[in-house]
Amino acid sequence: MYTQRTNNMVMCGILTALAMIFSYVESIIPIPIPIPGVKLGVANIAIVAVLYAIGSAQAVVVNVLRIFLTAMLFGNLNSFLFSMAGGMLSIFGMILLKKMKGFSMIGVSVAGGVLHNIGQILAAVWIMGSSAIAYYLPVLLIAGVLTGIVIGIVAGLVLQRIRGRQR
Amino acid sequence: MKKKDIYLIGGIVIAAVIFFMIVHFVIQKDGAVAVIRVDGKIMKELSLSKNTTVTVAGYEGGENIVVVEQGAVYMQEADCPDKICVHTGKISKVGETIVCLPHRVVVEIRKGMCGAVENQVDSVVR
Ligand SMILES: [Zn+2]
Repeated sequence: MYTQRTNNMVMCGILTALAMIFSYVESIIPIPIPIPGVKLGVANIAIVAVLYAIGSAQAVVVNVLRIFLTAMLFGNLNSFLFSMAGGMLSIFGMILLKKMKGFSMIGVSVAGGVLHNIGQILAAVWIMGSSAIAYYLPVLLIAGVLTGIVIGIVAGLVLQRIRGRQR
Repeated sequence: MKKKDIYLIGGIVIAAVIFFMIVHFVIQKDGAVAVIRVDGKIMKELSLSKNTTVTVAGYEGGENIVVVEQGAVYMQEADCPDKICVHTGKISKVGETIVCLPHRVVVEIRKGMCGAVENQVDSVVR
């Protein structure tokens, strides 16, 4: 029991670090949408891995840590608000879908990717006070599906490695 | 991948396509007015039929130079750090926007003048 807890803590730490690396990488990748601060949500790979390897509560904690640390290191207030809105909507949607049985990791991470983008758009509409930004929603929905599928597959690979190591 | 994954992905893609069609075939038409907002408040409304150049003060300082030329609007210059607004290029269809997040400036294309009426609607929504 003790070693299991320690193991989980170490794993959370490693995956938080992994999430931050992804956050950094995506903060330097421009996406073809003229709303600065909107991200693809690649860091979700680590969050999905925590969700499946350890648990829902830990996934929320790692996600919040990731958002704060990334904003402090490579972000600004706007990118923080976007990733907070996107990150929270995404993690709670994924927890719900995972509990709902019948979805694989890919379905869960697609929901996460799409909700992440919806959250970002809502935050942008709120910050800028202009609902015309919702115009980019279709593009962001499709982007969310594509990144979600890729993330689901990669997170599956990450999970295999974690489980292999724990055995 | 399970069956429900496919349904979920299919549903989202269909929703995106419907939303896209609504935006492009129903709403999106040549606009008549460019509305300039700073921090959500309407600062200026420019008719697209008249060529002009205006300077907009950003939310916490800074300047954006907005140009109306032959029915289209673009951000000619801005002293924001990212310059994304300047790189957005020309917009002319209803619903299109140029966003300068550092200065909280949004230029939005509308069908017609709205002014005070639109302000009221907005304050009710918020
Ligand atoms: Zn700008």
